[in-house]
Amino acid sequence: MALVKYNNRSILNVTALDSIASGSLNLITTNTISSGVSSSSFTSSIDSTYDTYIFKYINCHPASDGVRFQVNFRDGSTAFDATKTSTHFYAFQDEGGSTTNFRYDTSHDLAQGTGYQDLNTSGVGNGNDESISGTLYLFSPSSTTFVKHFMDTNNMYFSDNYTINSRTAGYCNVTAAIDGVDFKFNSGNIDSGVIKMYGLSKS
Amino acid sequence: MALNFCNNNSLSAITSIPAAISGGALNLISTQTASSSSTISFTSGIDSTYKEYIFKYYNVHPSTGASLYMNLSADGGSNYNVTKTSSAFRAFHQEDDGGASITYLTGYDLAQGTGSQRISGAINASNADESCSGTLHLFDPSNTTFVKHFIAETNAYGESVYSHQLFIGGYGNTTSAINAVQFSLNTGNIDSGTFKLYGVS
Repeated sequence: MALVKYNNRSILNVTALDSIASGSLNLITTNTISSGVSSSSFTSSIDSTYDTYIFKYINCHPASDGVRFQVNFRDGSTAFDATKTSTHFYAFQDEGGSTTNFRYDTSHDLAQGTGYQDLNTSGVGNGNDESISGTLYLFSPSSTTFVKHFMDTNNMYFSDNYTINSRTAGYCNVTAAIDGVDFKFNSGNIDSGVIKMYGLSKS
Repeated sequence: MALNFCNNNSLSAITSIPAAISGGALNLISTQTASSSSTISFTSGIDSTYKEYIFKYYNVHPSTGASLYMNLSADGGSNYNVTKTSSAFRAFHQEDDGGASITYLTGYDLAQGTGSQRISGAINASNADESCSGTLHLFDPSNTTFVKHFIAETNAYGESVYSHQLFIGGYGNTTSAINAVQFSLNTGNIDSGTFKLYGVS
């Protein structure tokens, strides 16, 4: 057996810590958008390794004013078109404090739809300081028995100077594995933003 | 340089590990424990290291009937007065099944306000088992281009003897970097509670 040494206060040439817990939230992929792209896709590493995949989207900023941030899922083909049924509700207030609302929104849910799922109600503004940030959970995407549940929460700066907190949940009504996730705005490019995919360890 | 050897099954005095070893993406930055505290402030560790910071608060118990609030600072904690616009809604259900609802709360939101943002229902101090626990997400606080989005979700043992779940979403309407966060009650002290700050890699 080779003599294992450690160098002052740093362990060298070690690539795994066998029985030492290293945290359960594992960063898999980061998509950094620094110039306009039509969409941001995650097409690898969504498999049976984890039961929960978490997507964090930070300050996604649209090229067009008043657009909706959206997601879709790939279920075996090359297309992001999984059938989905979902709910969507939101709360908002304008900066002037004159308008508030909290309601279910039937125009942004899906009933066995294959199109992109809206993750916010009204449009994200494209002013310099306007953006959307939030978190999407995708559960057990590799299951071939059950539907694939997803839940999303975000906050956004609406183009008419509102804060809007949107919440979406639903399931991909397929038993095929989900192996890809795609984010985009309903119109125009994502000018900038960071989207990260994490896996939550099973044990 | 002295040669250091592994000591049985433990390694002592190690301060770094190779980059090839994942330490996990959820990184505990600091923990504060309240003990008759007027405020709990995080004035370090909030910078450009992470794109998302998560605060977890556990069993926050007031000295008198009160609600938990938070505020943001752009000057390292000298002033907690960042302009904020937010929305608020809550669901509650009474223990005796006498009432339950979900509704928007205009009294809990802010419209370009600089005061503290309410993030919990009212907690009764007289019963030892009453408290609130929850999570506050703060996105990209060091960014100097965008507003600073935050999302809070808290459940409280409400003083009307109910489970009270409060949802807050909003933004610090500033392009200055946010570098400190403070928790407080609207009245009295935080008798007990644990507050943890995490960074998400």
